[in-house]
Amino acid sequence: MKAALLTALILVAPLTAHAVEPNERLANPALEARARNISGELRCLVCQNESIDESGADLAHDIRILLRERLTAGDTDAQAIQAVVNRYGAFVLLKPPVEPATYVLWYGPPALVLVGLAGTFLWLRRRQPVPADTAPLTAEETSRLDRLMRENDA
Amino acid sequence: MKRLIYLLPLVLFLVLAAYFAVSLRPNHDIHELPSAMIEKPAPSFDLAGLGETRPFALSTLKGHPFIINFFASWCVPCRIEHPLLMRLAEQDHLPLYGIDYKDRPEDGTRLLATFGDPYRQVGMDRDGRVGLDFGVYGVPETYVVDSTGVIRRRFVGPLTAETVDKDILPLLKQLDQS
Repeated sequence: MKAALLTALILVAPLTAHAVEPNERLANPALEARARNISGELRCLVCQNESIDESGADLAHDIRILLRERLTAGDTDAQAIQAVVNRYGAFVLLKPPVEPATYVLWYGPPALVLVGLAGTFLWLRRRQPVPADTAPLTAEETSRLDRLMRENDA
Repeated sequence: MKRLIYLLPLVLFLVLAAYFAVSLRPNHDIHELPSAMIEKPAPSFDLAGLGETRPFALSTLKGHPFIINFFASWCVPCRIEHPLLMRLAEQDHLPLYGIDYKDRPEDGTRLLATFGDPYRQVGMDRDGRVGLDFGVYGVPETYVVDSTGVIRRRFVGPLTAETVDKDILPLLKQLDQS
């Protein structure tokens, strides 16, 4: 029983792993929830593949504090995110914005699928279909076939 | 016409080869991020000086181009570039200013006492707030600011003699003339 409980705990633990330290948390739960929400969408620039919500890096800590300061000062979510983007560029957004520089990123894969579909379509259409009704054998062909079959039997 | 399709693999290869040639070129770090602060005014700061030195504020610097170098005593790559900074200050007489990032004053003072002090002034950024405003994501970082206070270039990681000779010196020369 104890072992099962421990196993369950170990399995659940990684799901709840966050780097937000207790002294960072805001007293106001609504603001804290917004801060948590935003920090899940911002990239840690040191680890580059973790959000600042998950990262234990010093810089992630600094940005979490900055976010909370902005929210406490009355910023909207968008303004707080913009404050970080102004310093570190659009790269900090884990979900990149749709803008000319990211068109290839956003529209490239669907465009490739379309090209593939168009190619497949053209290829299928160009394939010669097997004629459905072949003409029946002529008398001459029938007699030749018969002769060949007889030779085979013999 | 129909045979052109057999050129497709060749074309794909050339595209990929061009991509790799650009992104794997020597002296290019793919993890290095472009700064969002280029062509923007350097964020204002007013820091306590390191040790006994006077306070260091951005407002006192306006009017001539200068270089700000973020460093720390705990930063290993900073020691690599330190001799080069000494050369910049002593030989090239560049207006080099330092910000001691997330460091204890006594450690910063000891570093400069041991290896030499290339900076005209040094500010203490104990909590990293000024670094955050500049968009620093790892020390050392070096910013070139023009006479109107606008950031023109950012260099991430230790400076090399090559960057100094090819980028920083020509840029400062150009900024001095304009």
